[in-house]
Amino acid sequence: MPIEVLKFVPWIPLLAAVFCCLCCMRKPLRPLAGPICVLSIFTGFVIAVLTYTEAVAGPAQVVTFFKWIGVGVDAQGNGGFQADFAYYIDSLTMVMLFVVTGIGSLVALYATGYMKGDRGFARFFGGVSLFIFAMTSMVMGDNLIVLYLGWEMVGLASYLLIGFYYSKPSAVAAAKKAFIVNRIGDLGFALGIFTVYMTFGSVRYAEIIPAAQAMIGKVDVATLSASALAAYQQATLPHHTAWVMAAPLLLMLGAIGKSAQIPLYVWLPDAMEGPSPVSALIHAATMVTSGVYMISRLLPLFEYSPYALPTVATIGGVTAIFAGTIALCQYDIKRVFAFSTVSQLGYMFLGVGVLSSVGGMWHLISHAFFKGLLFLTAGSVMHAMAGQLDLRKMSGLRHKMPVTCWLMFAACLSLAGVPLTSGFFSKDLIIAAVFDRAQMEGTWATGYYLLGIAALVTAFITASYGFRVWFRVFMGPEQYEMGHEDHGAPEPESPDHSAEDKAHQHGKNTEDHDTHHGHHHAPHEMPWWPMNIPLVVLALGATVGWIVVGFIGSHKYGWIGSMVYGSSAKPSVSIKHGTMLGLDVHYVMMAVSGLLAIGAIALAAYLHWLNRDAGARLAARFVGVVKLLSAKYYVDEIYDAVIVKPLRLKAQLFFVIDQLILDGLVQLVGWLPGNTLGRAAQKTQTGRLQGYGLGMAAGLAILAVLIFIVVN
Amino acid sequence: MPEALSTFALSHYLLVGAVLFVLGLIGFVTRRNLIIMFLCTEMMFQGIAISLVAFSRFHSNDTGQTFVIFVLTIAAAEAALALGLVVLLFRRKRTLDAQAWAAMRG
Repeated sequence: MPIEVLKFVPWIPLLAAVFCCLCCMRKPLRPLAGPICVLSIFTGFVIAVLTYTEAVAGPAQVVTFFKWIGVGVDAQGNGGFQADFAYYIDSLTMVMLFVVTGIGSLVALYATGYMKGDRGFARFFGGVSLFIFAMTSMVMGDNLIVLYLGWEMVGLASYLLIGFYYSKPSAVAAAKKAFIVNRIGDLGFALGIFTVYMTFGSVRYAEIIPAAQAMIGKVDVATLSASALAAYQQATLPHHTAWVMAAPLLLMLGAIGKSAQIPLYVWLPDAMEGPSPVSALIHAATMVTSGVYMISRLLPLFEYSPYALPTVATIGGVTAIFAGTIALCQYDIKRVFAFSTVSQLGYMFLGVGVLSSVGGMWHLISHAFFKGLLFLTAGSVMHAMAGQLDLRKMSGLRHKMPVTCWLMFAACLSLAGVPLTSGFFSKDLIIAAVFDRAQMEGTWATGYYLLGIAALVTAFITASYGFRVWFRVFMGPEQYEMGHEDHGAPEPESPDHSAEDKAHQHGKNTEDHDTHHGHHHAPHEMPWWPMNIPLVVLALGATVGWIVVGFIGSHKYGWIGSMVYGSSAKPSVSIKHGTMLGLDVHYVMMAVSGLLAIGAIALAAYLHWLNRDAGARLAARFVGVVKLLSAKYYVDEIYDAVIVKPLRLKAQLFFVIDQLILDGLVQLVGWLPGNTLGRAAQKTQTGRLQGYGLGMAAGLAILAVLIFIVVN
Repeated sequence: MPEALSTFALSHYLLVGAVLFVLGLIGFVTRRNLIIMFLCTEMMFQGIAISLVAFSRFHSNDTGQTFVIFVLTIAAAEAALALGLVVLLFRRKRTLDAQAWAAMRG
């Protein structure tokens, strides 16, 4: 299929979003929104598959959708500022398209079952379609402006879907928090784009990527196209060098915000207020990985600055272990997985930061499968338990929900990095790459070793918290306490449905309610279609997906290796496999992290399944640590005290100034004439017609006399 | 200029018009009965109309007379309206005293 067809991939979901919004208007149309959304995303996947061979053959191709911004561009299309609505198609784009549309259609399919009966059914799928439009535009965009546009639009979609249950104050607060925290990162991102334009004179990948590759010596300057050569010459001007080095650091700020890294990760755990499919799709599988995608895409630019990638690696490594420890002591299942996402994103940053963009992208794919699956199975549990998410209030659900139980088991295996699962290979590639880098690197070797050790410790922690959840929820004696909500949503209050809702509330504890909504008092398994089938596909990806992704193919790292090395994410330095204990580091790390994972699972099995009293005793012994971790290191409180409170104080001060001084002045201007001239003139308004008539006559007379005097 | 009118100067006509106007004005200012006040305004009209006709004849310009015909026609219509309003006002307060309508007094 010709590659031009790819340009419709983002627009079909946008059309679907419009249709979903139309479906919102009429109640009988609402159930149509789900299939519309799923089909639109799946069409994108089919197009991506059909154009795949065209797209990955040869160098990157640009498909223009329409001319957008062009200022001072000459007849040949060179110079000036040019940002078209065009798509940059190379193998990295295709990888991201497969992830976004593939995982997207599976999650959307699951959601058609999960969201059934929700009043916001059509609104939900409108948001999901909008998100897919934004996300595909972002990964396909041919320049930084389209990237930024997509970047902001996914932020908008995320905001809308986190705040989906808008009558719940915590959801609204979480949506606002996500939006505001992302603005901080996006400010840096915007400044980074300005800096790139200032130094390269262009925002198009086709110009800045070859220019940056020439600057790091990956391609010969003589082979550059005319426009890329111009960008190269402008960026290598002496007074631009420092700016070129600043650009990746600023761009990274955007990635830190969007991909929830320290210090801007605080929004992601709260974002779990959204429905579970949203958590799975946006806040685990796709949107939050856009930072990793962006750094991989602009890797030559990051490589040019000697500080950018070490900073990325450090932030990633620290975030991985920091968020991992928090996840150990959370009680809300979705929160555990949220911190786990932050931690795994840290791994991806670490991978890209040590020039293993293959590891970063591979882990992105594995993570999309297993974390998507974890969130969806958590959603199933939540759905079955009427909104209950507290680990302490459920146990031994394996008989009630056998399919969900084993699906989550598969996801946990992959998350934990148990040998021969997808998560194992992708995570090991990253960990080993850190040690490779440490052995290659002279100056920061110690730093890289520390990061490697942190990554190994995180691997152990990851396996512990993942299986802690699984053993607590599905193993042990069967006991549980049902929640009080459907999907964690409060009862909707809206005039057009109030009668229905009242019936709903009254019928809450009756059989009538159960038959009406399909909920039972006891947890129940989800139906195969449309809910468990997509999960099985995800589970296959999470466990044996590595065979397709990282094993089959001519490249050393299989398919994903040839994809990443065939794109701009190919590092300029080829990583040499180091040796440790006389063996290849990669084999050593596979053995070490495999053992760590199995050990951690055994420990979790002991503490959370076989001997829960021992777990409780252990927690009681380290009560201070547990308190610190379950309070998430008090980071939210610290931010509140250091940033939010002072800003609020300042705002209150300004409010007073505004009210007293500015508003006061305006009020005075209105009050003064009224109370001086107005009061005086008031006396003349007697209400006597005769008086007015006399006044008119007298005025006319005076006027006549005056005219008489003037004329004569 | 026609013979009959030539014995009278323009000023005679204007004087009659002015007297009518001033009488109307005095009536309007001194009386409180709405109907009387209204009739007084009509009188002022007629004063002006006489002046207009007089000027028209004096300058042999028919525009003034045409204008007067219009004024009288409209005055007739307006008189019907105004009397209707007066009736309505009377129904509201059962009085014709203009003093009764002073709610907007400052």
